[in-house]
This record gives sequence, C-alpha cells and structure tokens, in this order.
Amino acid sequence: MSQFKLNNQYKAIVIGGSAGSFQVISKILSNLPKDFELPIIMCLHRLKHVRHGFVEALNIKSNISLYEPEDKDSIKKGKIYLAPANYHLCIELGNHFSLSTEEMVNNSRPSIDITLETAAYVYKNKLIGILLTGANKDGAMGMKKIKDRGGLTIVQEPSECMIDTMPVAAIKLTQIDHVLTVSQIIAFLQELDKVYKQST
Amino acid sequence: MQEIEIAELRKLTEVIKEKYNYDFSNYAMSSFKRRIQRILEMYKLASVDVLIKKLTEEPRFFKEFVSEVTVNVTEMFRDPSFWRELRDHILPNIMLNHNNISIWHAGCSSGEEVFSMAIVLKEMGILDKTKIVATDIDTDILQKARSGVYSMKNMELNQKNYLRFQGTTTLEKYYKEENGKAIMDKSLVEHVSFREHNLVASMAFSKFDLILCRNVMIYFNQALQNNVLKMFHESLFKYGYLIVGSKESLIWCEIANKFIVANNEEKIYKKIKD
Ligand SMILES: C[S@@+](CC[C@H](N)C(=O)[O-])C[C@H]1O[C@@H](n2cnc3c(N)ncnc32)[C@H](O)[C@@H]1O
Repeated sequence: MSQFKLNNQYKAIVIGGSAGSFQVISKILSNLPKDFELPIIMCLHRLKHVRHGFVEALNIKSNISLYEPEDKDSIKKGKIYLAPANYHLCIELGNHFSLSTEEMVNNSRPSIDITLETAAYVYKNKLIGILLTGANKDGAMGMKKIKDRGGLTIVQEPSECMIDTMPVAAIKLTQIDHVLTVSQIIAFLQELDKVYKQST
Repeated sequence: MQEIEIAELRKLTEVIKEKYNYDFSNYAMSSFKRRIQRILEMYKLASVDVLIKKLTEEPRFFKEFVSEVTVNVTEMFRDPSFWRELRDHILPNIMLNHNNISIWHAGCSSGEEVFSMAIVLKEMGILDKTKIVATDIDTDILQKARSGVYSMKNMELNQKNYLRFQGTTTLEKYYKEENGKAIMDKSLVEHVSFREHNLVASMAFSKFDLILCRNVMIYFNQALQNNVLKMFHESLFKYGYLIVGSKESLIWCEIANKFIVANNEEKIYKKIKD
C-alpha cells in the first residue's frame, strides 16, 4: 500500500508550523500511537511572552505528552518536544538541545529555520522535516537544508492550508519529497511507526 | 555561503586562546557557529580563515569580535512572575537575617536586568541597603549598561513586562524621554559597580547573597556550565540564592546536592552546603 518507500534509517522528525497550525498539530498528535518510535521536535510560532498554556492546550488532545525542553536536555526516543516561548530551540551534536535568545529570525523566536537547520546538521539523511500551514517564510530555508543534507521533506498540501505562504515558500526553494494533506501526513507517520515496530 | 566546519571553529578558538587568552572552545556549538557565520557576513569576510587572519593582525578588532560573538538580547522584567517571586519571597527572606544585601548580576548585558533589580529594591525601600556588582565579558555592552539609555522602541515591551510584574507605579516614572530614547534615572544604579569579567576559567572574587546568571550559560556546553556553577557556589554565602534563566536547570550538575530548589518554576536555587 505504501507510496512512501519507508525504512527505519530515521532518527528524528522535526515539524514547523505557524498561523493555523494549532488545529493541524492537534489532529496529528491525536492520531499518533502512544508509543510512537521516534522523537518529534516541534517549532511552532507562538506568542513571545506567554510562557504557559500552549503546551497544556496541545496536551489535551495528544496521545503522547509534549514537553518544552530545558537547555541541554537530551533528545529521547518516543518523546515530543516543543520549542519554548521566546527561545530558539537548537539541536546540538551529541543528541541534545540547546536554547538561545539570539535576535529573531524571520521575525520569529523561536524560529523554525533555526530548529530545522540545526537538526539537519546533526541528523543529516536520518531526519524527516514536515512544514505545515503558515503566513511567513520561516522554515523554507530549513527545509532546503534538510533536503541538501539528504533528509526527507514533507509539506502540507497548500490548497488545504489556512495560509499557504510557508509551504509554498519551501516548495519554491527546494525539491520537496511529498506534498501531503493532513490525513496523508498522519497515514505517513503511522506507517513509519509500523516499519520501526516490525524491524525490532 | 559555505557551511562552517567544526574543524574551522576549533582552529579559530585555538588562535583566540593563544593570542588573547579568551577561551570560547566550550561554547555551545550551534549558536557559536551561527555567531561566527553572522560575523563573516557583517564584515564581508570570505571564510573563517580570513577571520582568523584579521584577528591575528588587528588586535583592536578583537574587542568588536567579543561584542558580536556574544548574544546581548535582553529585556527589563523578563519573566515578570520571576520578579514578583523575588520581591514577595526571596528578598524578604534575605532581609530577615541581614541588614545589607549583596547581589551579583553575571552576564548583565546592556543593564536592563540591573535596572529591573534596582527598581524592585527601590519599591521595597531597600535600595540603599544593597550593593550590586554587574559584570559582562563584553565591554561595549557594559558601557551601554552604565549609560542607561535605551531605545523607546524597546521600552514598549519593558513597560508591558513591568505591568505584569505589578510594581507600585508605572515604568515611566523611572526614565525621561529624549529624542526617541529613554534615559533611565541614574540614581537607581548609583551604587552599582559595572565591571568587565569573563566567566570562563574565573575564580570567585567576592561573596554574595544573591547571584543572577540568566540566559548566559545556555551559550556554554555542559562541561563549562559545571565549572561556572562551581565558581558560583563558592561565590555565595551559605543560604544565598542562585538564579538562572527560566529554561535552565541545576539538577543535573555536579554540585546539585549543595543546593535546594527554592522555586522550580522560576529556577531559584538556595545554597545549603559549603
Ligand atoms: C542573552 S544576555 C543575558 C542578559 C540578561 N541576564 C537576561 O537574562 O536578559 C547574555 C550575556 O552574557 C554575556 N556573556 C557571554 N559569555 C560570557 C562570559 N564568558 N563571561 C561573562 N559574560 C558572558 C554576553 O556578553 C551577554 O551580554
């Protein structure tokens, strides 16, 4: 049945999203198996000065509880991480995070480009990048870096997006592997999980 | 532009250590790399090698380099709930047993954190009982802290933070506006000593009741964090407090057992063992 030709080489999934992505993420999270095999690192644009509420709101529907990492926390299998408010979330060699209060990138902190680029650098072809609906170009460059380093790239089908600027910018900048609707993204992740479970 | 290689960064930090005795080799790699990338773009340098050459040949450029390689982004009353906790619990607790308070802001950047502290102390009526030392590695940013002049654009956010902190008045009371700049009331920092100080490989130089080191160690790797935390431990009186950024933690470090968590949400730790 698979259109994706999946294997179990991947070490992590990064997801970026902005305007309109809350519902999309919620839907994806409520359809993931509880024991999903890979770490998922999410960078979503959010209010800079509201520290609380976002992770709690996403947790209501999610099968796996989300966690806002602290500086130098290690990245573990089966966990879902969310970039905290007002910090860039970077992935370091040695499989851990670091945080930064650097200048905003694309008017954003956290910036999706930073999370995606640092993940691409560390995981190379063992990374899957997913970019969802959004009203800004943040994330497009990060998707290009993932592609350039051999990772797998997926964007949400623009016609289905609340605002399609973000996936369209990524499609323009690089050769995206799969343009998928939210239901297809969910199917992709479920199938990926099965591949991992069958091989262990 | 070419992606910077780790080997190039190693070479760079070695040269800097050799020539200037500043050690950046234990800075967190991903942000350090971006800072170097940014410096190459800013000064239109073609490669890390060209930067190394410039650093070797122009000692005066090194100061600028330090300024640009460090991240100075800061706010007044960043994390308002933390400042409330400080005012309502931590400072009163210190005052129970002390007539005077000594405070160290390590990595104070352009001084917003120091002015916030001075305002809190003033509103509590204990500013004149406080001795504050504020340090940073970056001499240019320290100059800005001393001058206490900020762009009005930034004051918008500072005011919002102050409102959420719920101070006794409005932030406007503490500055006057001139040509689009906010000029802070200098009497607030009359007794603050702003000094250049590098946290890397440094020894304790005094003892304090309260040390704030917020959003500074996130730029270090864990080995360096460990060393700096040991030095902070030595620099605190017993039962003194160490406060780190809202997304940092002490629980993993070597000297964690010499502290207790006074407030986990606001990352306030209390030294309980020498
Ligand atoms: C992001 S600012 C933090 C400012 C303030 N504490 C806050 O939380 O808003 C980080 C500061 O740490 C300083 N810094 C970086 N490395 C340092 C070192 N080795 N020693 C002392 N200060 C350092 C930088 O110059 C910068 O001003």
